[in-house]
Order: sequence, then C-alpha cells, then structure tokens
Amino acid sequence: MLKRFSLEPSRIALNIAVLIIIALWTFPTAGLLISSLRDKNDIAASGWWTALSSADVAKKGRLKDKVDQVEKDGKFTISGNVFEGADGVSGKVSAFGTKVQAPGGNPAGTVATLDNGQTLVVNVDGSYVLTSPTKFTDEDSGGRVFYIASQPPRFTLENYQTVLFSEGIGRSFINSLTVTIPATIIPILIAAFAAYALAWMKLPFRGLIIAIIVGLLVVPLQMSLIPLLKLYNAAGTFMGVPSKTYLGVWLAHTGFGLPFAIYLLRSYIAGLPKDLIESAQIDGANDFKIFRRVVLPLCFPALASFAIFQFLWVWNDLLVAIVFLGSGPDQLVLTGKLNALLGSRGGNWEILTASAFVTIIVPLTVFFSLQRYFVRGLLAGSVKGG
Amino acid sequence: MIAQVLYAFFTVVLGVGGCFGYFYGSNWLLDRTFPANANNDASAVRNLRVQANIRPWLFLGPALLLLSVYLIFPVIQTVWLSFHDRAGDQFVGLANYKWAFYDDQFRLSIFNNILWLAVVPALCTLMGLIIAVLTDRLWWGNLAKSLIFMPLAISFVGASVIWKFVYDYRGAGQQQIGILNAIVTYFGGDPQVWISLPFWNNFFLMAILVWIQTGFATVILAAALRGIPEDTLEAANIDGAGPFKIFYRIMVPQIYSTILVVWTTITVLVLKIFDIVLTMTNSQWNTSVLANLMFDWMFRGGGDFGRGAAIAIVIMVAVLPIMIWNIRQANNEQKGH
Amino acid sequence: MANIKLTNINKSYGSAQIIKDVSLDIKSGEFIVFVGPSGCGKSTLLRSISGLDQVTSGTLEIDNAVVNDVPPSKRGIAMVFQSYALYPHMSVFENIGFALENQGLPRAEIKKKVEAVGEMLQLTSYLTRLPKALSGGQRQRVAIGRAIVRGAKVFLFDEPLSNLDAALRVQMRMEIAKLKRDLPNTTMVYVTHDQVEAMTMADRIVVLQAGRVMQVGTPMELYENPNSVFVAGFIGSPKMNFITGLPAEKLKAKTIGVRPEHFEFSKTPTDISGTLDYTEVLGSDSFLYVSTSTGMLTVREPGRTQYKTGQKLNLKPIAEHVHRFGQDDSSLK
Ligand SMILES: Nc1ncnc2c1ncn2[C@@H]1O[C@H](COP(=O)(O)OP(=O)(O)O)[C@@H](O)[C@H]1O
Ligand SMILES: [Mg+2]
Repeated sequence: MLKRFSLEPSRIALNIAVLIIIALWTFPTAGLLISSLRDKNDIAASGWWTALSSADVAKKGRLKDKVDQVEKDGKFTISGNVFEGADGVSGKVSAFGTKVQAPGGNPAGTVATLDNGQTLVVNVDGSYVLTSPTKFTDEDSGGRVFYIASQPPRFTLENYQTVLFSEGIGRSFINSLTVTIPATIIPILIAAFAAYALAWMKLPFRGLIIAIIVGLLVVPLQMSLIPLLKLYNAAGTFMGVPSKTYLGVWLAHTGFGLPFAIYLLRSYIAGLPKDLIESAQIDGANDFKIFRRVVLPLCFPALASFAIFQFLWVWNDLLVAIVFLGSGPDQLVLTGKLNALLGSRGGNWEILTASAFVTIIVPLTVFFSLQRYFVRGLLAGSVKGG
Repeated sequence: MIAQVLYAFFTVVLGVGGCFGYFYGSNWLLDRTFPANANNDASAVRNLRVQANIRPWLFLGPALLLLSVYLIFPVIQTVWLSFHDRAGDQFVGLANYKWAFYDDQFRLSIFNNILWLAVVPALCTLMGLIIAVLTDRLWWGNLAKSLIFMPLAISFVGASVIWKFVYDYRGAGQQQIGILNAIVTYFGGDPQVWISLPFWNNFFLMAILVWIQTGFATVILAAALRGIPEDTLEAANIDGAGPFKIFYRIMVPQIYSTILVVWTTITVLVLKIFDIVLTMTNSQWNTSVLANLMFDWMFRGGGDFGRGAAIAIVIMVAVLPIMIWNIRQANNEQKGH
Repeated sequence: MANIKLTNINKSYGSAQIIKDVSLDIKSGEFIVFVGPSGCGKSTLLRSISGLDQVTSGTLEIDNAVVNDVPPSKRGIAMVFQSYALYPHMSVFENIGFALENQGLPRAEIKKKVEAVGEMLQLTSYLTRLPKALSGGQRQRVAIGRAIVRGAKVFLFDEPLSNLDAALRVQMRMEIAKLKRDLPNTTMVYVTHDQVEAMTMADRIVVLQAGRVMQVGTPMELYENPNSVFVAGFIGSPKMNFITGLPAEKLKAKTIGVRPEHFEFSKTPTDISGTLDYTEVLGSDSFLYVSTSTGMLTVREPGRTQYKTGQKLNLKPIAEHVHRFGQDDSSLK
C-alpha cells in the first residue's frame, strides 16, 4: 500500500502537537468530570486539577477530653488519633503544631513542649499522645491541635447520588427523554417524506417550495416564540386542554427542525441514482413503496446524521422547553432543571457539576454511537467522498 | 418511578405511532379509493394518474402544515409587528427601525455581532483545517477528531457550568478554582474577573463557541481532505513542493468550496448566537448581541414587541444573503461531479 | 407477443429538441438495436418507449394500444439499465422478486418464479447474496433476471454491457443472444453505441444521429447498402475510407466510400497511391495506414503483410464494393 504523503517533518512532533490540541479541548470537560467526583467542600476550596495529586492541607482538630486521661508512672496521658472525628479526612501527617500561627511547627513524630509543661507527640499516622506531669483539669480540656496532612486523591460518587435521587434530576431525565425521542423521530419521518416528494415526485411549485424551505433556515427561533405562545394559549382555551403539553413541544421542535432536516435529506435523496428509482417504478412500485423499500433504507446515513443533530439540539434546548412546557416536576426537562439549580443552588458546585455531567452523558453516548454515519450523511451534497 | 417511566413510554409510543399512522393510513386510503392493481385496464391507468397527483401532497402535507404554523406564520406576524407600536395596536411605519438605528444598545449589539462574525467563523474554520490536516494520517486521528467534536454534544447550560471552572474568579490571595486565574496567579499576575472585563469579555465568550464549533469544521474538512486525489499530492511532492506549499497550493484550493461552506454555516449560526450570552453574562457588561437584545425587548422588562420584531427582521435580512450564497455554493459543487 | 409502433415521435427538453420526428415499426418478437454516437438520443427514445419520459408529440403504440399516457408499470415492459440499478440493500432473491411483490403475488408463487429464473441464469447459489458480493457479469444477469421474471412482453436494454470488461462483454453478448432464442415471443429493444454489438445481435438496426433515424435495416443491409456517409462511416470496423477528388469525380460522385477490406494492390501507379505510414498486426489481419493525397486510408490485409513502412503503395478499390455518395452525402444508386 502506498503510504499517504507526509506533510510534517516528524511524526513525533505531529503527535505531540495533536496531543496538545486535544488536551486543550478536553481540559474544560475534564474539569467538570473531576469536579463532579470530588468532595463538595473540596470543589469550592481548591482547583479541580489539584485533586489529581496528593495535596498538603492544613487542618485543625481537637484533642480528647480529660475524661479519657490515663495515669501511668505518675504521668497523665491522653492518646487518640487526629483523624478521628474529622469527617472523611485521612492520610499522612507531615507536621503539627499547637498554635494557629505555626500549624506545622513540629515535624511529625517529634515531641513538642507546650507552655504549661505538657508535651505532645503526633505521629505520621495521626496518632498522638499528650502527656502531662499533673492531672488534666477542665482548663486543659479539648485543646486544639493543628497539623499538615497530605491527602491522597479522593473521589466519591456521593454527588451523583444526591443529584439523581434527591434533587429530582432523575425525574427530569425521564422528562427529557419523553421530549427528545418523539421530537427526533417525528421530524425525521415527516422530513424524509417531504424530501422524497421534493426530490423525485412530479408536483407543481416544486422549486418555489424548496426555496421557501431553505429560506426558513434563517429564521431566528426566539422570534417565533411570542406568536406561537399566543397561538398555543388560544388553541388551549378553545379546545379546553392545557396549552403546555408534550404534544405541543414535540410539534414545536419538529417545526423548528424541519427546514434543516428537509434541506439535508433532500440533497441526499436527490443524489441517489436515478436508475434505481426508475427501475422501481418500472417494477410497479408506487411512490409510497419506493420510499419505504428503496429510499428509506438507502438514506440511512443522512437520517442518522440528522438524528444526531436533532437529538442534540432538542436534548440541549432550554428555550423551547421553557416556553412550551410547564415547570412542574412532571414536565421540567434536564436543561431547565440545571438552569434552575444554577439560579437557586449557584453556590452548590457539587450539585451543579454532577447535574451538568448527567445532562451531557446521553448526548455524548448518542453522538459516539452514531458518529460514523455523521459525516457520510452530511456530505452527500457538499463534498466528494466522505 | 415505574409509573413515570411507563407514562413516558406510552406518550412516546403514542406520538411516534401517530406519525407513522398518518403516513401508512393516508397512503392506504389512497390506494383503496383509487385501486390500480388490476392489470392494464383503462380505469387502473386513470386511477394511477389520480394517485400520482394526490400522493405528493400526502407526503408533503405534514411538513408544509408544520412549517406554516411554526415558521411562516411567526415570520409574517413579526414583519407586521415590526411596523407597530409596543403593544401591536398602532401602525408606526418605520419608527421601530429608526429607533433601532439610533439606539445605543442596538449599536452595541450590532458591533458585538460583527465582532463575533469576524472572529468565530474564521477561527473555527482555521482551527478545523489545522486539526483536520494534522490528524489526517494519525492512527488515532479518528479518536482525536471525536474528542474535538465532543463539545458539540454539550448543551449551552452544561457548557456554561464547564466554563465557570475556567473563568471563575476569587479575590487575590485566595486559592483560585478557575484554571485561567490559577495560571495567571501562578505566574505572579493579578486574578481577573474575565467575563466582565470591558471589550475583552466578548472574546472570552467567543472562545466557548469556538470550542464548541471547531469539531464541526474539523469533521467536515477532514472528509473533504480525504477526497483529495492522492496523486495530486504525490505529483506536487515530486515537483519539489514543500509541506506548506503543498498545503496552501494543492490541498486548500481543492477543498476551497468546502471551506466556504463550513465558514458560511458557522457564520449563519453566529448571526443567531444567543444561548452563550444568555447563560454566561445575560447581556451584562456590554456583551449583548442582536438575538439577546431582541429577546430582552420581547420577553424581559422591555415588553415592546414592535422593537423586538424590528431587531428580528434585521437578523433575518442579514443572514439571508449569506444563506443564499451558501446554498448556491453547495449546489454548484454538487453539479461539479 | 407485442409489436411497438412509433409514429412521428418528438421529444424536447425545454427548447432543445432531442428526438425529431421518429417513426418506426418494431415487429413482435424482433430484436432491434438502436445505435448511434453518444448523445444522439438513443436513451431518450428508449425511455420514451418505457414511459419514464413522456413524448412531446406523436403516438406510441405497444401491442396495438396507444400508451402515450400509460405509466411505465402498466406498459408491460421491463428494462435493464446500464448501471443495472440493482437495489443495493436487497438480496438477489428480493431484487428479482420485487416486481412480483408489487403485483401482490403470494409468497409461494414468487419463490417458485424467482427460483426458476435463478436456475435459468445460473444464479441459484447466489440468491441470498447482496449485489455488492457479485461479479459484474452476475450483476448483469440479476438485472436481466428481474426483467425475465415478470414475463414482460417487451424488454428494453440501455447499453447493458458498457460497464463490463472486454472478455465479459463478449460472453454476455452471447448470453443475451441465447436469451433471445429462449424467449422468441419477447420483443427486445437494445441500445448501444457500439456497432459491433449492433451487428452481432440485431435482427434489425436503427441508426440514429442527432435525434433522427438515419437508416433501418438488417446488419448486412446496412453494411452493404448504407444510405448515407454517416451510416457508412458508423457501421463496420475499421471505419470505411472516404475519398474525394479525382477518384470520386471519375465515378460521378462527390465522395466514394471503400471499406478497408475492399482494396487491391496494384504494381502500376493508380489514382490512389501513397506511402505506408504504419502497420498494425493483429494476427488474423493487418491494418495498413497509407498516407495518400486524399488523406490517410486504412487497408485491411488478411494475415501478415509483406509491405514495409515507408514503402510506396498503389491502391485500387474493388469496383463492385465502391459506395458512391452525392452532394448531400446520401447514397447514389
Ligand atoms: N433530462 C434531460 N434534460 C435535458 N436534456 C437532456 C435530458 N436527458 C438527456 N438530455 C439531452 O438529450 C441528448 C440525448 O441524450 P441521450 O438520449 O441520453 O443520448 P444517448 O444517445 O447517449 O443515450 C443529450 O444531448 C442530453 O444532453
Ligand atoms: Mg445513453
């Protein structure tokens, strides 16, 4: 096989260059993923990139009370572990101290002498022994200790648990699917039929219809919301049904998605070999049959590529859902939920990050499973090969 | 939970089934009403012709209906509104357009839109081209392209959470959790409130769109590059052209029309850009663009449909020529082979 | 049994008239070949017969019934396309059976008919395959099978062999000739730009040029009595030589035509003499390219030739095989 002609002086430099670009591109998303797996206190306390390595953190804790003292050889000792009771903290102590000014004044394992003649030893594993020549009194109770702990990276799925089961994200997830699946399939079907008619059937004003549909590609979506909202309310009142329904949002997404869908599918379907369609005509198939048995199977790449677009668009949409769906738990979609969280729980990074990641998991899965059709379907009209 | 899932499932089945039902049902009805199965007799031939006249409209009907309701009707309504006052009762001629012309906020939005137009499409296309060329012959090139493409799958709300971890600001002396400020302080600089930095904040918003759209440009251009006949590159190599010369004299000209298509597609998208500004700054700190301005006039405090409509018309009129040109280009390319 | 009758057929695309006043009588069971240069309107004429294109004016009859307005599926025709037009996502079986399925035949009957056709075309072991897993010749056979299975009265072929390599083309030519023998009642209309195909397969040939019928006749009639310079030049390989000037004037013609095989060599100088430029040796024949005062002439000699390049040759047409053409390029009898 002929080796593809090589543009770059060195493969290594090329690989590195691409790696750098990839790193740059995935860095923000990686930040989200890692943050969502961190402890909720850590997220706001340090950059997510610090979570990947062991970090020295200054901590403080309280020593045990006088009730735990033990007398031995005329000395009174209190022993315990600094990590006890410090929630979720573990690791290694590198240094300790008893004053806030010098939290790491004494290396771990050495003896520190306190003002009142007491001595304190904190070991690497966190265990400590406080020794006093006299009996501990109320005054000495629960003295403070400061230490520098080196923590290994810690990750937790707790945020996801919170988000999925107590923040109503799970419910919104189902709502999003209820919106997205029909709002992807219906426009595909409607657009494919229309595209076939515009590509292969004899009908008056064909050119004009195509031109209008393409022209509608430029309509900014936000513009149609007010007229449609009025229309929905009027229709709802007239027929005595709620104006915010799943049907309403499916049709809205279908309407908004149709120009692109028809444009994309028509150029693909029109590019199918003419002989094939004519051969089917001679074989006595009517247009419905030709569409179903010949055209539909053959334009699968275009269908898949539009499906990706529409799925991503609907799943990620916030505006249409806000306008055409209610905000009750039975209708609020994921993006809406996330947006609400951004407003109400803006400080709760653990909830935001985990929810954000939940919202992007589905589109990423859809994308990666269908991506091999993506380019093929998209390119029918514009590029050779593909 | 089970009940919800079942409810959702049935709703979905009903919606999708209804759509299938229409197409099957209407075509079945047509075949029943005008039977054409009998061989070659005159009535079968006549019925077949009737069918051929009706069937295109069965196919097109739902699409035309939905397009009329969801796009054509709002467009007409908007045109009408743009010539009327805030509540839509009083005809005011071109007053709304005149207002827009002199309004500071409108001018700012236009200026920002132009800034976006100048930067984003060019940058996306350029980055896309570079990445496409670089990954073309890597064994893991497809994986690389998928990773670059990934942001396109992320919602704007999700993206805004992601980018908060890039642009987040903490006061000097505190530990920064935004990567950008972390880098700045690491090198001894002062942390910045990036998204309210006058003028430059626009570029920080654009970075997000570039991040999202470059993947699109990459996959399209990569496919176009693969369509370049190998022998032209080899011939140029034999003719003694260096890598860069081959790139801009042999490769780029051959995929020029695809480059233009990508560029204009992103241009159209940028003219309608809305979500990023809404979720990142909500038009504050002079980052407003036309679509957001229109949105504010229509939905928020503004409450002036006439002005909102006039802005919408301006956006549409601005996109139209680019769109027409884009589609011409695509059609020419199609005819070319 | 079906005859086809074309009366004053015209066909235009917009302002461009592609088919000009074509009248033709195709007898039932006849194998007729439309031949002509690329772009002369052969496919358009064929598509008009099939109903895929509507004629602009004129009447078209199949089996003595006017079919101008009858859609393709009701004309009782089958068509084999240049590209075969096999449905790429259907198996060979489904491809062949598709038309029957559309007629609403029961499954068992479809199976029986498709298998019978598969047997006839030696496709039995390929019935479950997809078209992409077939060789060019097999695809061609599937395309023919689709036509056969429906029992159509008329077969239309549009350059069916032009996508095949030379060896396969010869083989398929024979298979189609055999098909014609097996289906003596089926009228076949075959389009090609290759005059060899036309000569070898046709009962009658229709020569088209720029949308007009130039001549209709059996292969030998066209070979022996072409009615115009165009037909004379188109039929026969290598091409007929056309000579103007003195030799033609002597025979009271503007142009005379002599086929390469109809020259003799003379020891003494003749009206047509020149030098041998180049020789092509094919084994069975040799083609001699002789440069003369009236242009380059091709001479065919059986077997090897004794003449050397650069040698002077004197050529003499065999009188009874000389074709004479008048001012309007039509044949003078
Ligand atoms: N659909 C069409 N529209 C316009 N012109 C056409 C169309 N189909 C064929 N033509 C023209 O008609 C002429 C004859 O075409 P065709 O019948 O395909 O020739 P051929 O003899 O090679 O089969 C050509 O000049 C072609 O350009
Ligand atoms: Mg042809």
